[in-house]
Amino acid sequence: MNNIAGRPLNGDVEDDDEDEANDDGLEAWERAYTEDRSWESLQEDESGLLRPIDTTAVHHAQYRRRLRALASNAATARIQKGLIRYLYIVVDLSKAASERDFRPSRMAVIAKQVESFIREFFDQNPLSHVGLVTTKDGVANCLTDLGGSPESHIKALMGKLECSGDASLQNALELVHSNLNQIPSYGHREVLILYSALSTCDPGDIMETIQKCKKSKIRCSVIGLAAEMFICKHLCQETGGTYSVALDESHFKELILEHSPPPPAIAEYATANLIKMGFPQRAAEGSVAICTCHEEAKTGGGYTCPRCKVRVCELPTECRICGLTLISSPHLARSYHHLFPIVPFAEISPSSQNDPSHNFTNTCFGCQQSLLSQGNKPELSVSCPKCKQQFCLDCDIYIHESLHNCPGCESFRHSKSVTSSQ
Amino acid sequence: MASAPSKHYTDDISLLVVTLDTNPFFWSTFSFHFSDFLSQVLAFLNSILLLGQLNQVVVIATGCNSCSYIYDSSSDRNHASTNGTMPALYSNLLHNLDEFAAKDQQLTTDHKPATVPSSLLSGALSMALCYIQRAFRAGPMHPQPRILCLHGSTDGPEQYVAIMNAIFSAQHSSVPVDSCYIGSNNSAFLQQASYITGGIYYRPPQLEGLFQYLSTVFATDLHSREYLRLPKSLGVDFRASCFCHKQTIDMGYVCSVCLSIFCEHHDKCSTCSSVFGQAQSDVASADSRKRKAS
Repeated sequence: MNNIAGRPLNGDVEDDDEDEANDDGLEAWERAYTEDRSWESLQEDESGLLRPIDTTAVHHAQYRRRLRALASNAATARIQKGLIRYLYIVVDLSKAASERDFRPSRMAVIAKQVESFIREFFDQNPLSHVGLVTTKDGVANCLTDLGGSPESHIKALMGKLECSGDASLQNALELVHSNLNQIPSYGHREVLILYSALSTCDPGDIMETIQKCKKSKIRCSVIGLAAEMFICKHLCQETGGTYSVALDESHFKELILEHSPPPPAIAEYATANLIKMGFPQRAAEGSVAICTCHEEAKTGGGYTCPRCKVRVCELPTECRICGLTLISSPHLARSYHHLFPIVPFAEISPSSQNDPSHNFTNTCFGCQQSLLSQGNKPELSVSCPKCKQQFCLDCDIYIHESLHNCPGCESFRHSKSVTSSQ
Repeated sequence: MASAPSKHYTDDISLLVVTLDTNPFFWSTFSFHFSDFLSQVLAFLNSILLLGQLNQVVVIATGCNSCSYIYDSSSDRNHASTNGTMPALYSNLLHNLDEFAAKDQQLTTDHKPATVPSSLLSGALSMALCYIQRAFRAGPMHPQPRILCLHGSTDGPEQYVAIMNAIFSAQHSSVPVDSCYIGSNNSAFLQQASYITGGIYYRPPQLEGLFQYLSTVFATDLHSREYLRLPKSLGVDFRASCFCHKQTIDMGYVCSVCLSIFCEHHDKCSTCSSVFGQAQSDVASADSRKRKAS
């Protein structure tokens, strides 16, 4: 125990190991601020408003670390991805979901993030299907069947958000297992469980259910909102899924959006098959037909099924009359970047940029931004290993996360590598 | 006290990125001269800059062997003075275009004489999107960006995947891609680009009046477009072409592993070598048994 003057009160030498480095006479709360004076890094812009703290350097460093970790996992092998996915989302509506540690409540955060996840999922996987299951009061209910249209799932979820009772992991897994047995053999079966409770109320032996799911090749992943549970970890390890626990709302959003790109597929899990699909033409403006989805007469844009010639309103869908899967070629093209990924760019350290043998131009090839900071010192930049063009870090992030094309490789005809047979 | 640019920022300020087709193989066989075309386009670009003080224009040249930026109206590398015979925009752009054309010609190697090589539209679109992302990063006050493709060469099927990636990225960032196509048959890639991103696809019927078409259809900013009656899309061909014969089909078979499209039933996928109808582990064990026996 010390007083402000720093003299030990009872003269005991053994107590000194609790009070480290307080020779300058500061209180414990003052010591916390000796290094971290975050208020000093605030700045004002020309109109006197506060400018937010510059986090771009931290963002870039995080991004480069993540890319290095991914590159070391994937190496150069073309890993097969499961592109036709049948995913069930299990939402836990037990009493624990109404806790208010996530603002405004866990249920509200889950509903909002599931909505944005469903939209992002259909954006990245247009040929896949999603179904919703809820569990509360010790039973599991199927909220929506496996379907390909995001609006129907979102509408159903938003209507049923009351929480009560206990969650039941085994009942949810049994329900999902029986539903996923009916899907075609070329599809990849997945379950994503959003679990807020810390217990499960099961009628039988959950280990048997886990073995059943493992035998049916269902990949189960769990995102926990409370704490890590052994049974969830065991389930994910057995079935090859991922288990993560969310720390706060933004971390939860990151974790759930990690499940939207297709996971690496294990080849034995799904048989390869040729699926018969139709590519309808868009009907001319001014044509009138009765559409099969709304069952009313509509004019103008719609699509004509090539097999039975009925009108459907939007794609992708399954024709209600003849059962043919109808898609357009852009929907298939949305998944091609998963099959032909671009290589991560290599970093160029600022010191090697002054080396004349490397012929660096000091402007980013993509956005023409100067790569020299104030004072003409070169900043960190990256270059493509194939076309050797230089890019800034922001273009690097944009190219790898959204564009999936290297502008350098696309802009030089003779450095193009053959990516597809089309 | 707000800074001067933010006071004048209205919602009709635009950033127009133009991809200009300079493929010499196309222009040498086309009935309209490149110099007449370029004079109309330059007048159009000048008129965009006149419409608003804060409008920006960026021009990217799409050659047959390379692509490059040839003009940026907001850059301070432009020569302020002219030699008196033409406006500064013209002299800057023409100077850079000459340099680009010379470099592009040096990169030409022999090609198959029967086909006209296509321009590298995928490269130009990717560069345009990177530039637009930089404009988005500049802060809350930024102009509304859009892309205009002045294109005439035929579509190169080897660029399909890259062009579709660029189109989806443009759709995600809400950047419309307008296309003014001057070639003979309609370009399916540009029609799909404009349809998916919400832009306009137009093929001017008479090229002598190109400036009129450009200034009435493509000059308006995004905010004012809702008040205009612009050309409707006549019909976009979304049919896919099969990988084996390259013919467009309206019903076909899709491999569930690699999404290749075939017009008739095959036993094995030619792209990813997966055998259809059998679990993959059976195939692997059958191969290893064959190897052991031989």
